[in-house]
Amino acid sequence: MAAATGSRPRVGLFVTCLVDLIRPRIGFAAAKLLEDAGCLVEVPSQTCCGQPAFNSGDRASARAIAEQVIAAFEPYDYVVAPSGSCAGMIRVHYPELFAGDPDWTPRVEAFCRRVHELMSFLVDVIEVERVDVIFDGTVTYHDSCAGLRELGVKTQPRKLLTSVGNLSLAEMKDPDVCCGFGGTFCVKYADISNAIVEKKVVNVVATGAPTLLAGDLGCLMNMAGKLQRMGKTVAVRHVAEVLAGMAQEPAIGEPAKAKRP
Amino acid sequence: MTLRVTSPQFKENARRALADRQLQKALGNVEQNFIEKRRQVAAKLPEFDLLRDAARDLKDHTLAHLDLYLEAYERRVTAAGGQVHWAVTAEEACGVVLDICQRLGARLVTKGKSMISEEIGLNDFLLSHDIAAVETDLGEYIIQLRHEPPSHIIAPAVHLNKEQIEADFRRVHTGFPAERNLEEPTSLLAEARSVLREKFLAADVGITGANFLVAETGTSIIVTNEGNGDLTQTLPKAHIVLASVDKMVPTLEDVSLFLRLLARSATGQEMSVYTTFSTGPRRAGDPDGPGEYHVVILDNGRSAMLGGEFREMLRCIRCGACMNHCPVYHAVGGHAYGWVYPGPMGAVLTPSLVGIDKAGHLPNASMFCGRCEEVCPVRIPLPKLMRHWREREFERHLSPAAMRWGLGLWAAFARRPRLYRFATRIAMKMLSLLSLGFGRFRWLPFARGWTKYRNFPAPEGVTFQAAWKRREKKA
Repeated sequence: MAAATGSRPRVGLFVTCLVDLIRPRIGFAAAKLLEDAGCLVEVPSQTCCGQPAFNSGDRASARAIAEQVIAAFEPYDYVVAPSGSCAGMIRVHYPELFAGDPDWTPRVEAFCRRVHELMSFLVDVIEVERVDVIFDGTVTYHDSCAGLRELGVKTQPRKLLTSVGNLSLAEMKDPDVCCGFGGTFCVKYADISNAIVEKKVVNVVATGAPTLLAGDLGCLMNMAGKLQRMGKTVAVRHVAEVLAGMAQEPAIGEPAKAKRP
Repeated sequence: MTLRVTSPQFKENARRALADRQLQKALGNVEQNFIEKRRQVAAKLPEFDLLRDAARDLKDHTLAHLDLYLEAYERRVTAAGGQVHWAVTAEEACGVVLDICQRLGARLVTKGKSMISEEIGLNDFLLSHDIAAVETDLGEYIIQLRHEPPSHIIAPAVHLNKEQIEADFRRVHTGFPAERNLEEPTSLLAEARSVLREKFLAADVGITGANFLVAETGTSIIVTNEGNGDLTQTLPKAHIVLASVDKMVPTLEDVSLFLRLLARSATGQEMSVYTTFSTGPRRAGDPDGPGEYHVVILDNGRSAMLGGEFREMLRCIRCGACMNHCPVYHAVGGHAYGWVYPGPMGAVLTPSLVGIDKAGHLPNASMFCGRCEEVCPVRIPLPKLMRHWREREFERHLSPAAMRWGLGLWAAFARRPRLYRFATRIAMKMLSLLSLGFGRFRWLPFARGWTKYRNFPAPEGVTFQAAWKRREKKA
C-alpha cells in the first residue's frame, strides 16, 4: 500500500463501467466529493468489476477480471465506487472467487477491506458530516439492493442529503424494494422486470417529488427509462450529482438542450 | 406419477400470470399482509436475529451428523411402537403408503397439509389405486377441488379470491341448498368444515406431513392453524407421517428454538394455533389415537445435496418468508415456477430435485436483490445458491447461446483494458451521435428487452476515463 500523501488519503476511484460509458458526470461528482473531503483522487486504467460474468455463472472470467482490478487498485489507501452493486461485488464477492486459494486469499482480504461504496466511505470512513451545497426542491431516494443489503448503505446518503441547503426529502413507499433492474435480469426476463419497475415508479410518482435519486446507475437508468416511457417528468439523478452541486446538468435520459422527442 | 414440471415454460407461465388481473390482485395481498405482520412480530422479539444464528448453527450441526440422528430417531419410533420406512425415491414413498392403505383395506384417506405429498404426487397415485385422498387443510382442500397445485408452501390457495372459492363450493358441494348465502368467508369455512367433518370420521388412514422429527424422542411435530391435522391423525386406524430427511432436529429443547422462529417468519404469528406432538400409536389407556403409526422418510435427492454446495438449502424450515418478500414471486405468483416449490427456496431446491436442465429458469429469474436472505430464519444464502446453479448451467453449456456469446465477447474486452478503452470510446461517441441530441433511445436493436418497456439513456459521448485524462493533462 502506498503511503498517504501527508494526511490526504490516496483514493483509487473505481468509476464503474456504466458511469464510465453512459454518464461520466457521476464520476466527476464522485471525484469532487472525495476531493472536497480531503482525498487525493486517482483513476487507474479500468474496465468492469466482473459482476456480469460472476452472476452469469462464468467464474473463470470473473476471477480473471478480479485479478486485474486488484492489481490496478492495490496501490491505493482506499478504493471507492459510486455504486453499491460494484463495491459489493468487490468487497463481498471477490473473497468468494478466491476462496480456498492460499496464494491469493490474504491479499484479496486485505484489499477488499479497503473497498467502499461512495456514500458509506464519505460518512463512515472520512466522517463527512455535511456538504456545503444548495438544491432547490424535493427529492425521493431509492435504496439500491446491493448497497443496502451487502454494505449497509441506508442512513449515509440521507444524512448527507438532509445537510443540503433548501432540499427536502420525501420518502416513497417501500424505498428498499428492488426496482427490477438486476443486471442481465432486466433483459432476460423483461416482462417480469417491467412489472417490478412499474410498481417502483408508481411509488416514486406518488411522493410528488420532482427528483428521484439513488446510488447506482443501473437502477437509475431502469427507473428513468420507465418514468420517461410512462410520460412522467420526474428528473432522475445519481445522489452524488446533487451532493456535489452538479445537478444543473441534464438529468438521466434528458437532452442536453431543450430538445424533446 | 409426480406433478408435471412446467418450469421449462417459466417465461410463458410468467407472461400469463402477469396478464391475469385477478391473480395480480391476490398477489397484492401477499405483499401487504405477510411482510408487515412479520416485521412487527420480529421487532417485538429483541433476540430474533440471535435466534436465527442459533437456528442456522443447530441445523448445520444436525446435517453434519444426520446419519446418527436418523438412526437414533428410528430407534425411538420403534421403541414407541411405531415404524419408520425409508424411501429413496418418490415412487418408493408412494409404494410404502399404498401398501399400508391396502393392508388396512382403506378406501378413504384424510390428509393434513404436506409438501412432501405434493412432491411425490401422492393423491393422484392413490386415486389410480381406487383410494380417495381428501385434503383437510382449507387451502389444500380448495385447490384439490380445482385440481391445481399449491401456489405457496404455507398458503396454497393464496392465488384465489373469495368469489372463485364460492363458485367451486357451489359446483362441488351439491348436497347443500342452492340458494344458501356464501358471501362471508366464515360461511365458506363453515361449509367446508361440515363437509370435512364427515371425511374425518369415515377415513381409514390419516396422512400428515411433519415440520420436525425429534431424534431424542421419536416424535413428529406438525404446526397448524386449523386443527385439521389433529383430526386427521387421531381419528383413523393408522397415522402415516410423510417427511423428508432434512426435518430432523436433535432434541425437544431444540424444537422450541425453531418454534419461536417458524410462525413469526411464516404468518407473523408468535405461535401457530396448534403445535401437535405425536409419538407412536395409541398406547394402552389412551382415550384416542391411531392404532398404527408410520413414518415415511423420503430422500428424493436430498442426501446428494448434503455433500455439495447446496447443503445449506437443507436448513430450510418451509416458512415461506422468502417468497413472501420476493418481488419476482409478487409479480408472477407460485404457479409460474412450474413445480411444487415456488419463490427463492424453490429456485434453489427445484433444480436439485427435478434437474437443472428442466428448472434452469428458476435460479436465473432473480435480480439477486437479497431480500429473501435478509428474512430467512435459518439464514440460507439463497442468492449465492442460485448463483451456484447458474455456474453449473454455464459449465454444462446449458445457458442460452446468445447469452454465452454476448458474455464471452464482453469478457474478452473487459480483460483487455487498452482495447476496451479504445472500443468503448468509439462506441459511446457513435451511440451519442445516433441519439440525435434527444438524450434517449426509444428503440435499440441490441437491447430490445430493455427498450420494449423503457427508454435507454443516451451516453454523454465521451467516456469518463477519456475525460479524466483530459482533465489531468490540463492540470
